Amino acid sequence: MTTLFIDGAVAEDPWVSIDGEQPVPEAEDVIVSLALFEAQRHALLTRNEGRLGVYLEADDQIDAIADDLGKIDLVALDFPSFADGRAFSKARLLRDRHGFAGEIRATGDVRIDQVQHMRRSGFNALAVHHQPTVDSLMEIKDAGLNLFYQPAIEGAEARSSSGGRSWARRAL
Amino acid sequence: MYRYDEFDREFVTSRVAQFRDQVERRVSGELTEDNFKPLRLQNGVYLQLHAYMLRVAVPYGTLNSSQMRMLGHIARKYDRDYGHFTTRQNIQFNWPKLADIPDILEDLASVEMHAIQTSGNCIRNVTADHLAGAAADEVADPRPYAEILRQWSTIHPEFLFLPRKFKIAVIGSPNDRAAMQFHDIGLEVRKNDAGELGLRVFVGGGLGRTPMIGKMIRDWLPEEDMLSYCEAILRVYNLYGRRDNKYKARIKILVHETGLDDLKKDIEAEFERIKDGVLKLPDEDVAAIAAYFAPSEFADLPAKDDGLEQAKLDNRSFARWVDRNVVEHAQSGYAIVTVALKGTGEAPGDATSAQMDVLADLGEKYSFDELRVSHEQNVILPHVQLSDLKAVYDALLEAGMASANAGLITDIIACPGLDYCALATARSIPVAQELSQRFADLDCQNDIGDLKLKISGCINACGHHHVGHIGILGVDRRGEELYQVTLGGSGDEQAAVGEIIGRGFSKDEIGDAVETIVDTYLARRLSDDEAFLETYRRLGPQPFKDALYPAKETA
Amino acid sequence: MSTLKNPIAFTANNLLDGEVVWLGRNGGWVKSIDEARVFGTEEERAMGAAEAAQADADNLVVEPYEIDLNLDEGRIAPAKFRERIRAAGPTMRLDLGKQAELSQPEALVAA
Repeated sequence: MTTLFIDGAVAEDPWVSIDGEQPVPEAEDVIVSLALFEAQRHALLTRNEGRLGVYLEADDQIDAIADDLGKIDLVALDFPSFADGRAFSKARLLRDRHGFAGEIRATGDVRIDQVQHMRRSGFNALAVHHQPTVDSLMEIKDAGLNLFYQPAIEGAEARSSSGGRSWARRAL
Repeated sequence: MYRYDEFDREFVTSRVAQFRDQVERRVSGELTEDNFKPLRLQNGVYLQLHAYMLRVAVPYGTLNSSQMRMLGHIARKYDRDYGHFTTRQNIQFNWPKLADIPDILEDLASVEMHAIQTSGNCIRNVTADHLAGAAADEVADPRPYAEILRQWSTIHPEFLFLPRKFKIAVIGSPNDRAAMQFHDIGLEVRKNDAGELGLRVFVGGGLGRTPMIGKMIRDWLPEEDMLSYCEAILRVYNLYGRRDNKYKARIKILVHETGLDDLKKDIEAEFERIKDGVLKLPDEDVAAIAAYFAPSEFADLPAKDDGLEQAKLDNRSFARWVDRNVVEHAQSGYAIVTVALKGTGEAPGDATSAQMDVLADLGEKYSFDELRVSHEQNVILPHVQLSDLKAVYDALLEAGMASANAGLITDIIACPGLDYCALATARSIPVAQELSQRFADLDCQNDIGDLKLKISGCINACGHHHVGHIGILGVDRRGEELYQVTLGGSGDEQAAVGEIIGRGFSKDEIGDAVETIVDTYLARRLSDDEAFLETYRRLGPQPFKDALYPAKETA
Repeated sequence: MSTLKNPIAFTANNLLDGEVVWLGRNGGWVKSIDEARVFGTEEERAMGAAEAAQADADNLVVEPYEIDLNLDEGRIAPAKFRERIRAAGPTMRLDLGKQAELSQPEALVAA
């Protein structure tokens, strides 16, 4: 059972994940693996209907899709385990370096104790399997703190009122 | 020194509450050990051989008297009446109960301390020269930079699940007392010709299984760019550092395998992109942090104190202690005192709660309420008036902390080893104790002179054996402890990794082996002034090999 | 019944206080290795492993594992030095750890 949260609220998932052999439906919103994206890049980027999402595994780099981000609506980044933090930096690069404004979805081992870090790194969607995490997110509890010692993704946080520290932030 | 404001206080308080909740969820079973482990490690909690262990940060080694007193209180109330000062400016408590740790963290928070990121694959406690703000050779106090880095790295959302741990050290003097070049990032604060402050940046140093000296990636970095540059390095490391093999996951391996030039291109490109962004440090913000570390209100005193000179004449033990454990202060009439936690036969770095109380009292009374802990597992009283040295010495003598051996062969660094540590392969402390007994005679030690002896109980090298003039590494060979010897290592500005001298020694043999090395040095040095390391560098390993492994018979 | 080459025991640390424990002769987990249950056959070992895994799942202990034993005149001693230190305490602080309460601590570490 996967529960999808977008911007903190439970959401229906209009996206269909396509892997390997299946043909890509013409009119649906699809999330494809990087391998499929690379194999059918031109066809995928020139579909008339249906939005395009790309799923990156932990070993995949953003550079592989960077040039096409203007035509990509969703990037799903995998957390293969609690200990693998590569996707945090990838989300950050998508937002900051590439100005990607679409959905960035966390998939895989999404746990409550990392949710705030995901949001601060640029994720706005979470595909959650872990039931206690679903329960906590339902209660709008993200196990994080309200004060931060470093700027992250702009927008969700204000400069701290405490003077003399340009790097400090406070949750809005 | 740095003091918390409302923001910092609220932060550590909510962090304690967060950890309390995590412990409760672990006990209830909501969190499995696999998921709890990274969280507890990020709060300094290990599970060691006998019990949990809590590692508390002493950021860049600076603490005040009430903080030192609190460490003693924690040892007394929650632990077995002692603590262990480590090689990374931390203190470890060896016996806390998991259920008590949230309370301990709360007590620590009440004196502006924490255990955040003292462990785990994240940016660890930022270390600095323990003589910062006091040393006569200082260009600038490194602690404001270390404090800014401490803040920026604290719960940095992007860098809590790195390929491996990440250590940053900052120095502010050309003489490196913090083994800066053996850190993932090493920073040296410098002044340019225009008098502006900036940093020389090293990357990819480290000890452990594959010791490497850090490579200079930037000769000059304006101070306003410090955070942007570090963030660029960390981002590149987080994305590209190896995760397939924990022994190849440190940034030193990435630097080694990618090559400094190629890696630098990525780092510089990311830096170029972000350097004029939100991480750029405004002058006034750096100044505001630096103001916390402004020099104490020193009295205007002569460089020489007659009372001190007389006391040295009257008391030979005191004179020898001054000679070894007291060094010049930047301020005339003051001195820096090293309290060596290295009494004969004692476990290096251990202090009882009563001793911590005495240290707190001395810091309060004689050192502007300030103390330091060094990576050499000693405590420093950084600002003592020359006329107070005798009183300090007398109090230390009474508390069993007046060992006059700073920098001598018995000022040994040793990790906890197999007596405590779940990773260790051999014991370290008993070896340190035996060597400490063997070389206890102070005349003999002083004759040997400056010599850094460092012992690790496994390849992870917490005892810094690679940078010992004499290094000892304990390994397990078919169930027996075996000790390998390296010679010629150095953690200072002339950084060097020690060379393995030959086959290892059993626990019964290692003492004799060290004595043989020392005897060889004494016999071969050009004069009393030629230190062990100089003799080794001049002669190379051969004379030591010949002495350690005499040819038995030619085949 | 297949007999094990070495007799074994199961050990772990308590979740709440971190104390070293072994599966006990009379069920549950015990704080002294003298009271540990000794497993001599494959069948017993499988039972012990299941019991240990259950205690792990029940959040009583952390990461249980088996250890080889030497039995010397009926006294249980771990075969590995590391495990002897766990059973006794730090070798240079006989006042700490389990050895502080044992009658013959030296015997255990020296074994």
